[in-house]
Amino acid sequence: MPKRPRRKLTKRLNGDRGFFTLALCFALAVTALFTLVLYELARGSRLSVAEAGASLLSAEWNPGHGRFGQLPFIYGTLVSSTLALGLALPLSLLSAVFLVEMCPRGIADLLSSVIELIAAIPSVVIGLWGIFVLAPVVRDYIQPALSKLSFIPLFSGRTMGLSMLTAVLVLALMITPIITSLSKEAIASVPAELKDGLYALGATRLEVMKYVVIPYAKRGILAAAVLGYARAIGETMAVTMVIGNTPVISASLLSPAYTLAAVIANEFVEATSEVYVSALVASGLILFIMSALVSLAGRALARGGVG
Amino acid sequence: MRLRKLADRAFTLACFASVLLVLAPLFSIVYTVASRGARALSITFITSLPAPVGEAGGGVANAIQGTVMLTLLSMGITLPIGVASGIYLAEYGRGRLADLVAVARDTLAGTPSIVAGVFSYMLIVSRWGFSALAGAVALSVLVIPVVSKATEEALKMVPREVKEAGLALGLRRWRVVAYILLKEAKAGILAGALLSMARVAGETAPLLFTSFGNQGYAGGFLDPCSALPLVIYVYATSPYEEWHTQAWGAALLLMLAVLSINLAVRRVVRG
Repeated sequence: MPKRPRRKLTKRLNGDRGFFTLALCFALAVTALFTLVLYELARGSRLSVAEAGASLLSAEWNPGHGRFGQLPFIYGTLVSSTLALGLALPLSLLSAVFLVEMCPRGIADLLSSVIELIAAIPSVVIGLWGIFVLAPVVRDYIQPALSKLSFIPLFSGRTMGLSMLTAVLVLALMITPIITSLSKEAIASVPAELKDGLYALGATRLEVMKYVVIPYAKRGILAAAVLGYARAIGETMAVTMVIGNTPVISASLLSPAYTLAAVIANEFVEATSEVYVSALVASGLILFIMSALVSLAGRALARGGVG
Repeated sequence: MRLRKLADRAFTLACFASVLLVLAPLFSIVYTVASRGARALSITFITSLPAPVGEAGGGVANAIQGTVMLTLLSMGITLPIGVASGIYLAEYGRGRLADLVAVARDTLAGTPSIVAGVFSYMLIVSRWGFSALAGAVALSVLVIPVVSKATEEALKMVPREVKEAGLALGLRRWRVVAYILLKEAKAGILAGALLSMARVAGETAPLLFTSFGNQGYAGGFLDPCSALPLVIYVYATSPYEEWHTQAWGAALLLMLAVLSINLAVRRVVRG
């Protein structure tokens, strides 16, 4: 702010200073809020760390016997998010290419806004659909199809519909809009001259994508994927409603599982002892740190720009 | 040569197919919510309190009250902090301190919704018990970054000349910001605020152990209150057929509210 010499009286009445101070205070409040979230989560976890100690990182979650191992939830969170990303990324990328490169502008805008509507559906409504529509489909159609592959551990066992697989499908659906719209931007930012150059050499559309568009937009697409991953890690209701909520580490997609977010949502209200509540707050702290790290990575990538 | 052409055809087809595959679940969701929800909807569903377990009938009037209450309250908390911090970052924020604020805000933007609930539980519920206020605080944590970012970007979109013209007229800087820039950026800020409202109305996880739920009407902001998303969750995971139907009805109400806010946002953005 430029400093201008002023008489004392007018300086005191100067609205500039007051306005600036007000804006600064609210900005600092945002920083304070972040610190406060970390502090309260740490304060809440303290008891469980004191009582359970290193066994918090074991694989046994049995609150009745004072076992609060977080490993099944960390495993479930990472596996469900990673597989969802593996499913959503190719679909989003292909959709983005279609919308930017192959589709007339008007239709592309319409389709884009319809895809973005998916992101507006409340997570609990997607969970409701997951329970009553998707889970029966998984049980009655996808499971029989996969049963021929049941010699692979990934597809072994049977499911009533509420399983890791159902959660992965729901998560993939939920992160597709954000990955699609961010990679659309990255793809659209590729200079036309570069593409035209390759087209002039007689390249097909696939070749232009492979040799020009994707390499050029790589960083933007990566940022999109990371941000989608962060969403998947923190998604709560839809996952809680379809994953089956069982603290086991199983190689099979058809077995029920549990995530950090789901265990908090499902057990917090029923937690009977103080240590139990504290162990769930610790789950929240782990989840917060995980998603903060992933968001920061995504932010760094997105800021680095294209190229 | 022919192989290349064939591969290109297959690629085009794959791109088209993925758009269809992405849209299919959306249509399925909209269709099931509309058709099953319509069966539950009636005047009594909207105007009466929940019936005791096992009795037919009853409605979600208290959940509608709760959702309206939570939305208003959290917007009351969010808007001043979000808009003012956005103004700071767009107009005054330079250097280390501004970077710190921006990083804190962007990290906060990724807070999992359930973590916001745990935070508010520790901060408020563990001291003063369940309340609508605790729910609104949890919801605010999630959307303050959204409003802040929207405000910052909208202000940065205003052409520099507009600001310079105001300053050249001898207006104080804060008057330029408050009377000219904010007016120019109105649409962007409003869009951010409306989107946050839609998000807040649809969130469940932050409310599970903060506003907690209530079988009747909440008497005030310090009472526990129900909310439409909470009712959907509780009813959907219950074993009662009657409740499942009501969950779909509540889902239809919630979708209508959230989608109409989103449509409003589009109109605002288009201007």
